[in-house]
Amino acid sequence: MRRFVLIAVPYLWLVALFLIPFVIVLKIALSDVALARPPYLPQLDITGGWDSIRTFFSELDFENFWFLTTDDLYWKAYLSSLQIALFSTTLTLLVGYPIAYGMARAAPEWRPTLLMLVILPFWTSFLIRVYAWMGILSNEGLLNQFLLWLGVINEPLTILNTNAAVYIGIVYTYLPFMILPIYSALERMDDSLLEAAEDLGCSRLSAFWLVTIPLSKNGIIAGCFLVFIPVIGEFVIPSLLGGSGTLMIGKVLWEEFFSNRDWPVASAVAVILLLILVIPIILFQRNEQKQREAEG
Amino acid sequence: MNQPVFATWNDPDAKPLIQFRNVTKRFGDFTAIDDLTQDIFEKEFFALLGPSGCGKTTMMRMLAGFDMPSEGQIFIAGQDMARIPPNKRAVNMMFQSYALFPHLSVWDNIAFGLKREGKDKEAINARVEEMLRLTRLSKFAKRKPHQISGGQRQRVALARSLAKAPKLLLLDEPLGALDKKLRQDTQFELMDIQEKTGTTFVIVTHDQEEAMTVASRVAVMDEGRIIQVATPAQIYEAPNSVYVADFIGDVNIISGRAKPTGEKVAIQWAEGQPDILGTTTTKFDAGQEIHFAIRPEKVAISTEEPLDAANKLQGKVLDIAYLGNISTYHVELPTGHVIKAQTANTRRLSRRQITWEDPVWISFTDTAGVLLER
Ligand SMILES: Nc1ncnc2c1ncn2[C@@H]1O[C@H](COP(=O)(O)OP(=O)(O)OP(=O)(O)O)[C@@H](O)[C@H]1O
Ligand SMILES: [Mg+2]
Repeated sequence: MRRFVLIAVPYLWLVALFLIPFVIVLKIALSDVALARPPYLPQLDITGGWDSIRTFFSELDFENFWFLTTDDLYWKAYLSSLQIALFSTTLTLLVGYPIAYGMARAAPEWRPTLLMLVILPFWTSFLIRVYAWMGILSNEGLLNQFLLWLGVINEPLTILNTNAAVYIGIVYTYLPFMILPIYSALERMDDSLLEAAEDLGCSRLSAFWLVTIPLSKNGIIAGCFLVFIPVIGEFVIPSLLGGSGTLMIGKVLWEEFFSNRDWPVASAVAVILLLILVIPIILFQRNEQKQREAEG
Repeated sequence: MNQPVFATWNDPDAKPLIQFRNVTKRFGDFTAIDDLTQDIFEKEFFALLGPSGCGKTTMMRMLAGFDMPSEGQIFIAGQDMARIPPNKRAVNMMFQSYALFPHLSVWDNIAFGLKREGKDKEAINARVEEMLRLTRLSKFAKRKPHQISGGQRQRVALARSLAKAPKLLLLDEPLGALDKKLRQDTQFELMDIQEKTGTTFVIVTHDQEEAMTVASRVAVMDEGRIIQVATPAQIYEAPNSVYVADFIGDVNIISGRAKPTGEKVAIQWAEGQPDILGTTTTKFDAGQEIHFAIRPEKVAISTEEPLDAANKLQGKVLDIAYLGNISTYHVELPTGHVIKAQTANTRRLSRRQITWEDPVWISFTDTAGVLLER
């Protein structure tokens, strides 16, 4: 009985917070847009008995999914989201790894403070922080003023409302998700392994490549997925920092939903997005599992 | 007791392979190695013995290049090691904690150092297989370190350090986790390797028997200093201090005042007890504090008074420790001193003539023990 409860809890969690919402969204995706409230048809009316349920199901169709293939906006948006996610994950890794490495090598009494500094930004609203970046990156923003003052540039750089601003925003926002798993992998590493590598003829650098990197591999993979997965569906950063040229599926979804009030198409976009995300999520889970086994 | 065939350390012309010159190592305000000067010669099998925390690993780490001396210099093959990084030293170390690479298989762990040398594949393969055979790990070549037992891990660490056949090998407790049989076999393998390749070994061990078996010289350490360096036989038979005598093997210590009598020294050690007679080459002043150390196997025990013994004392049996091949009798003297006497069990147990509470005589010759100042 105890066992049953222990197993049931996570499943109930999954059903309540994932499966039920997913079924609702899927149902909307299979409906037709309508001038109604809520703005789609058919509606399920259980009071009508079997017959009304049957008619309800007969009116559901895959029309909206077909629609997504007719307009190349959608697949382009998916593709560009993947591209942006991939590129910004790489950037975040390149920025995050040295930080995590430095933290793990710092004197033990400093580490809690450094960890605190990494987590600190979470204490202010994400939106406020993105708005702050608008202030920094705009043509009259802090960055341009600073560069002009230094004399590095003669006229302001256009950063805001370009993809560059989006990358900056993403790297900034998701950096902790990259740093923390890598840090935890590096911190666990035994320093005597590096000594052993040097003893056996490695230079510092080759010891890093042959020992440190492989031993933090799981942290790197975890960090990359933790950044990559949410960035694909990212909406706030591209709409606030990106320009008209920044195409991301999260933005498309938002526009379908709120501007066009086309709930069924928006839902279809969301369902496809979810299906795309399932692959990296499974890979991520497998990585975590493998890591647990290696440690167990 | 193995008599060394060669004794380079007595040859005044020999050039030492390793020279510690007034080396001091401090961690903060703690002195781990205290003004140590010591030569170790080529082809030696040099054993470091001492209680936990006395600085054995620290000495090794300075030889391997992971720690730098706070003061003094270390020379290897005549070269000052101060600026030489670990990867540029012809030294390999087996770590006390093994330090196996967890992401690599046993095979790759052993091959790690060979690959860095840029040897060709064939040579690496052959060498790794040889090492696997030597340490009896062939069956586990594909496993990761966390998939093998503690003793197997220790053997991987040993194989990895042996693989590159360095000029100097540092082994930090290389055999501690092995069972007795395997340990003895490996000891002989190590001695064999040493003989064949002429590698110099510095080995840390907590097992005296091991040090006695493999070492050409043993250094007994305490609190960052070497107390005595000598061949195993000398360490055992002629310790230079109570500390060394007590640390190696079993010993009876009786303290008293010296009373030089001609060639010999008599020790006054208790009221109403006959003086103990001993021989020594060191000079003792009358009344000077003196310690008499004698190994239990050099103390004879009998029920009747021995006739022609230089030293004989009466007491009663307090305890008997039966160890199979030998028995140790704990004999309590009227003064309260307890002396251990050992005899070989050449007869079956049932025919043993001495038992608990028996009044007995213990005796020893005047050359059986050593006289120590401290
Ligand atoms: N990095 C360090 N920082 C501070 N103290 C240290 C450090 N390394 C060693 N010590 C201290 O130096 C002393 C000698 O240590 P060492 O590791 O050489 O001992 P050991 O003789 O190898 O002991 P064991 O037999 O237990 O392995 C110990 O008291 C230890 O606490
Ligand atoms: Mg040690």
